[in-house]
Amino acid sequence: MIALSHVTKAFGPKQVLTGVDLVVPKGQSMVVIGGSGTGKSVLLKCILGLVQPDQGLITLDGQDVRTAEREAFLARFGMLFQGGALFDSLRVWENVAFRLLRGPLKRPKAEARAIAVEKLRRVGLTPETADLFPAELSGGMQKRVGLARAIAAQPEIIFFDEPTTGLDPIMAGVINDLIREIVTEMGATAITITHDMSSVRAIADRVAMLHDGVIQWTGPVAEMDNAPDPYLQQFIHGRAEGPIAAIR
Amino acid sequence: MTGFLAALGRPVLAVLAAFGRVALYAVQTLASLVRPPFYTREFLAALLHVGWLSLPVVGLTAIFTGGALALQIYAGGQRFNAEAVVPQIVAIGMVRELGPVLVGLMIAARVTSSIAAEIATMKVTEQIDALVTLSTNPLKYLTVPRVLAGTLTVPLLVAVGDIIGIMGGFLVATGQLGFNKATYIQNTLDFLESADVVSSLIKGAVFGCIATLIGCYHGMASGRGAMGVGQATKTAVAAASILILAANFLLTSVMFGS
Ligand SMILES: Nc1ncnc2c1ncn2[C@@H]1O[C@H](COP(=O)(O)OP(=O)(O)O)[C@@H](O)[C@H]1O
Ligand SMILES: [Mg+2]
Repeated sequence: MIALSHVTKAFGPKQVLTGVDLVVPKGQSMVVIGGSGTGKSVLLKCILGLVQPDQGLITLDGQDVRTAEREAFLARFGMLFQGGALFDSLRVWENVAFRLLRGPLKRPKAEARAIAVEKLRRVGLTPETADLFPAELSGGMQKRVGLARAIAAQPEIIFFDEPTTGLDPIMAGVINDLIREIVTEMGATAITITHDMSSVRAIADRVAMLHDGVIQWTGPVAEMDNAPDPYLQQFIHGRAEGPIAAIR
Repeated sequence: MTGFLAALGRPVLAVLAAFGRVALYAVQTLASLVRPPFYTREFLAALLHVGWLSLPVVGLTAIFTGGALALQIYAGGQRFNAEAVVPQIVAIGMVRELGPVLVGLMIAARVTSSIAAEIATMKVTEQIDALVTLSTNPLKYLTVPRVLAGTLTVPLLVAVGDIIGIMGGFLVATGQLGFNKATYIQNTLDFLESADVVSSLIKGAVFGCIATLIGCYHGMASGRGAMGVGQATKTAVAAASILILAANFLLTSVMFGS
């Protein structure tokens, strides 16, 4: 279980998170929605310790993440970055198998490669892509390689930052199914950031909406459509008119 | 008056703070060096990039400088009827000062810039964050291999630069200024002491360490976006060059001052 209580973060004068309270139960799929620039990516980075929150407490299974042994803590996580964040000096398969080629999870090279090719197949990429460099791929393909890398070492907790942006609708469907499958079959805990409402419905057990630095609404996905929150309603129906200003 | 002092104090404080941060970074790098894991593949790649691929630049710089040095010493020496000292002064000038300094500056131009730009780009595109989430310490994976490769290979580059620089002087002196080939070589060898060579290599190691460390530091400290990368690269090259020249002065005063 991941719990955030009253987490704040500012960059200089810019208040991004002003008091985030959120609980993500173990083995559940949480989807975070919210306008662009509201701090969704920053929220994930705070949990991972890539960004230090100014105030507040973040716990994983009851333990403060700041006091956790870093190596062991990070080994439980997989993360797909918004921009893919592939290592451009390494081939695609070496990116996917990064954790399996060094460190405590190290395997023989052939085995690591086989796992990488299998993960690539699961995100809809052919074995031929394995030997290319990231710069030779399209944006959507890079995203999927990033996804394959995030799940390669079978982490218990996976963060997906906009997994389907830049993908065609069919590929987006494939990725949605994959994320759902990882949570259901592997029992992983997932936090997914997305703007795509069809993704939300396909992936989520629970939904949280971030707005103005706080979680504006959170609840089971089934309750989302009938929730009275005007911010949430404006967002899920994509209306220009409503409490959320179009210029932010 | 206080306004003036404050205006004077602020940049001084900023420079001191920057020194402190770089020193802290150096200590952290050293601490990472002695703790496993050690990334051999990254180290070998850095050896190739910092050492081997810098050879052409170093060779060309050294040969032209050695040649020009011979011409200047000859012209200057003639005024005192001392033009015969060309081999000795070329040797000592190249080995003690010009070899290490020129190689250091060329490494700052070639290696510091590319390290800073590469690491800054990795920072900007979240690759450094990705490394961390993949349980890999960026200091160990990126910085240690590069700094170690710089510290070990730049002395060798300096040695090569010294030899090629002396060669440049030799070619000009024997081809153009009428020196005898055998005597020129004999004079050079007789005059150079092992302390000169050792000082050259020590300077090389220090400059190699500075060039790579500063490249990594500014890359890691890069701001956001393409502008951040440009800024990081520019600052890294300027800082490395100045630090190399300052370190050179310090090392010369310590080793030859008395
Ligand atoms: N490292 C940083 N330094 C300064 N500002 C940042 C940094 N990271 C994010 N921000 C700012 O925080 C805000 C939220 O960013 P982000 O979390 O990426 O938004 P999104 O919800 O679209 O993922 C943005 O205004 C961004 O400019
Ligand atoms: Mg984002």
